[in-house]
Amino acid sequence: MEDRPQIGYSKRVMDHFMNPRNVGEVEDADGVGLVGNPVCGDLMQVTIKVEDDVITDIKFKTFGCGSAIATASMVTELAMGKHLDEALTITRQDVANELEGLPPVKMHCSNLAADALHEAIEDYQKKKKKEAEVAA
Amino acid sequence: MVYLDHASAMPVDPRVLAFARRYLEEEFGNPSSLYDRGLSTRRAVEAARGEVAALVNTGDPRSIVFTGSATESNNLAIRGTALRNRRKGKKILVSAIEHISVMNPAKDLQKQGFELEFIPVDRYGIVDLTALEAGLTPETILVSVNYANDEIGTVEPIREVGRVVHEAGAYLHVNATAAAGRIPIDLQQEDGIDLLTLSGNDLGGPRGAAALYIRPGVKVQSVMPGGGQERGLRSGTENVFAIAGMGEAARLAAREMADEMEREQAIRDRLIREVLEIEEAGLTGHPTERLPHHASFRFSRIEGESILLNLDTFFDIQVATGSACTSRTLEPSHVLLAIGLTHEQAHGSVVMTLGRSNTVADVRYVADAMRETVGRLRGISPL
Ligand code: FES
Repeated sequence: MEDRPQIGYSKRVMDHFMNPRNVGEVEDADGVGLVGNPVCGDLMQVTIKVEDDVITDIKFKTFGCGSAIATASMVTELAMGKHLDEALTITRQDVANELEGLPPVKMHCSNLAADALHEAIEDYQKKKKKEAEVAA
Repeated sequence: MVYLDHASAMPVDPRVLAFARRYLEEEFGNPSSLYDRGLSTRRAVEAARGEVAALVNTGDPRSIVFTGSATESNNLAIRGTALRNRRKGKKILVSAIEHISVMNPAKDLQKQGFELEFIPVDRYGIVDLTALEAGLTPETILVSVNYANDEIGTVEPIREVGRVVHEAGAYLHVNATAAAGRIPIDLQQEDGIDLLTLSGNDLGGPRGAAALYIRPGVKVQSVMPGGGQERGLRSGTENVFAIAGMGEAARLAAREMADEMEREQAIRDRLIREVLEIEEAGLTGHPTERLPHHASFRFSRIEGESILLNLDTFFDIQVATGSACTSRTLEPSHVLLAIGLTHEQAHGSVVMTLGRSNTVADVRYVADAMRETVGRLRGISPL
């Protein structure tokens, strides 16, 4: 499969496109990640709820192509219930692998999903640091 | 299935296939051979030339050169004319909404020392005649403006364009790929056209044949040297099957276009009306000066590829889009940018082009599917 160029989207991409998991915005989000795609100009938002450094809820919104929707959906599935440290190690390659591959021209969309997740986590960590400073 | 992407690919008319298939089967001879098997295919090519010439009323059928694709016709027109006339001048003008197969050969020439200038269009896609006039200098040898645009459907004021171009002493190339067979083209009347591109598949013929009309006296050189077929302008053994099919498709188009386009336009008008009832939906291209089978829209806050996928997987409706996400370069369509849309606006573009298979019954189904699709995707959009 690896040496054949992929034509169109895999079944898993289409599944996540047709039934995206975790669409929306978590209420009172602890962390928000909003990143734009420098390549094609799309937009990806990930919001998370965190308890004891574990992601207890995560949702996404996407203004983008089919693979942007599918990769965002997949990233939320991968990150849900994970410790923040672990969630931070999720790469675009993980997302693409879980989706049984992406057409090469679409790899940048999975970047966007992973970036939005990381940004949401960093946003949470920044806020927590500030809170700690204020408390001190 | 509701197929609404006839600008990308047309099904071959079954009558055309029935007519042309003999040139794949029993009549396979090379038109350059002198025995009977060859002569019969030569006759088929010449008959097709006559039909294609008649469709656009060229007068002399010898002004039609067969090529392998509209891209090739455009290359022959742009490169062949520029190279042949470079002693006269080195400036080329191309409208900002030309097809990539006109744009890229023109940019190629620019790299080889020609001067290239783009003529802007207004927000409907109509070429700016004042800018055209201003761009024309004694150095200008060639201008290329499409008869009608395949992405936004806008039909250009070709006669005025021709007048302005000829007053300045330049040649006018017109890409009529989207227009031929949809609206009447009469080259004896529209005498401002020097070169005209026609595509076989867009007429309902098989892929693999296209044509370039070259007005007698216009100087063009071959860009494909070889055995000297097609008056030396396009070498390569003729694709008799595709050429014969294009001829038959042209004959049928000439006979049936008026009725069929009236039918498609009525469906198209209703489709536009219903789709525009969706919130934050807009028409792209000209509201009245447009091809009769063509509807093109934009929807804010959502992206075209996901619209296309959604329509295909949930509703079995096939459309096209000019969104950056679907292009090889990940750039939005240059046509949509040229009519003044922002990147974000160009993102939500949808193009629907009708054909024989479409009926009035499709309108409600497509409009409802479109509304549901837009609703679902806006539900996912952060904007
Ligand atoms: S979001 Fe634009 S290509 Fe995927």
